[in-house]
Amino acid sequence: MIQLLPLALLGAVLGLDVVSFPQAMISRPLVAATAAATLLGDPVRGLLIGATLEMFALETLPFGASRYPEWGSAAVVGGGLFAMRPDGPGTFAVAVLIALVAAWVGSWSMVQVRKLNARLARARHEDVAGGSKRVVEGLQVFGLTADLVRGGVLTAALLALAVPTHEFVLGRWGSDPRVSSAVVVSLAASVAAGAVWKVVHAAPAARWLLLGGIGIGLALLATR
Amino acid sequence: MSVGVEIPFRTRLAMFVRMLAIQGSWNYETLLGNGIGFCVEPALRLLPGGQGGPAYRAALARQSQYFNAHPYMASVAVGALARAELDGESPAKIERFRTALCGPLGSVGDRLVWAGWLPACSVAALAAFGFGVGTAGVVFVFLGLYNAGHLALRAWGLSAGLDHGMKVASALGEPVLRKSPPYIAQVAALVGGVALPLALDRVIGPGRALFGVVLAAVALGGLVLGRLHGRVEGWKVAVGLLALFVLYSVVR
Repeated sequence: MIQLLPLALLGAVLGLDVVSFPQAMISRPLVAATAAATLLGDPVRGLLIGATLEMFALETLPFGASRYPEWGSAAVVGGGLFAMRPDGPGTFAVAVLIALVAAWVGSWSMVQVRKLNARLARARHEDVAGGSKRVVEGLQVFGLTADLVRGGVLTAALLALAVPTHEFVLGRWGSDPRVSSAVVVSLAASVAAGAVWKVVHAAPAARWLLLGGIGIGLALLATR
Repeated sequence: MSVGVEIPFRTRLAMFVRMLAIQGSWNYETLLGNGIGFCVEPALRLLPGGQGGPAYRAALARQSQYFNAHPYMASVAVGALARAELDGESPAKIERFRTALCGPLGSVGDRLVWAGWLPACSVAALAAFGFGVGTAGVVFVFLGLYNAGHLALRAWGLSAGLDHGMKVASALGEPVLRKSPPYIAQVAALVGGVALPLALDRVIGPGRALFGVVLAAVALGGLVLGRLHGRVEGWKVAVGLLALFVLYSVVR
């Protein structure tokens, strides 16, 4: 449990980055999972799961008021879980699944904070309409604090649930490690390929550039 | 260019730092509104009567109402609205201007950043990962590239807004804002294409024995998800399929 505290603090800071402050994308899985695993002494495993989660995250861009997954605390959960366990047949697959579910739960928790902010803004409407500096700044500080607490509590709760779940599932794992790994990577790369296409398809010659890029990538692989 | 009240460097810096927290109180009623008031506030202290005076309070109340825009491009609004208040424009004119800013700042920012710069930096970092760059290098490629654009955009937006005030529409016609999204998308397409097989190869571990099958599955999966875009969310489909696989692996 002591091990979870630094991860919860990291989840708080990275959860805050998703929307509230400073949106520098330190909450993207590539960074967040690596940071979590680095705290546990294994940055390379963090980068591996971070890159995999980043492929999923390519599809979920934070457009306006739309509801999108919260990758900051989710990637801390995924990176932390993957770095905690020695390599096993299902370690990677289960850590990725738990991180994806955590991103979903995180999305719900962001909506709750936004609703809380709205309730407070409604209650303080008269003061805001009167130009109260104290209230305008207070609403901002409250929202930032609530989001910080949300990220920390969420990460701690998810890790507290995920660690025993991870252990339980891995204790009963019956699939071949090659198949387990192939399934996760196929899903992640399929989502990433679809996402890249979604983003670039309207640009002139994008189809050919994407196909050309894939060709170059495959040729580089063949020469390795 | 507006030549009204001079805004000291400290005030500009305070506005810039506050802009990093512009979405701190984001909610479903006023959206970014309170954040705009929060960011404009340091400049409003320069109004006649100073902080707490009638002009200051009226302006802060006006600027804290409903507002919606892309969070980085909102810097243009913060600068332009601060300038309009300091230039003593009429409240009705400022409110009309404020309403008119929402749409363009949202769509330009979404196209440029969320659908352009962010995925481009993400695939660049995945390419670095696929080429075997180390942990710190991959993180540096992503954060360095992304934040160079992010911070430059916020700084430019604030400066353009403060310089042009209510004539800021001309700054939104900047060729970089209008013409760069298709170029960024083209680079993302090429780099993304190179990155995917290389990143897949590095992350696959024991699954390398099935590399050909994985490539075929990705080609099919990517094609289906690409064609279905807007109708299904690929990551949600993936969660379902992965959950089924985990369940199968546990009960078999």
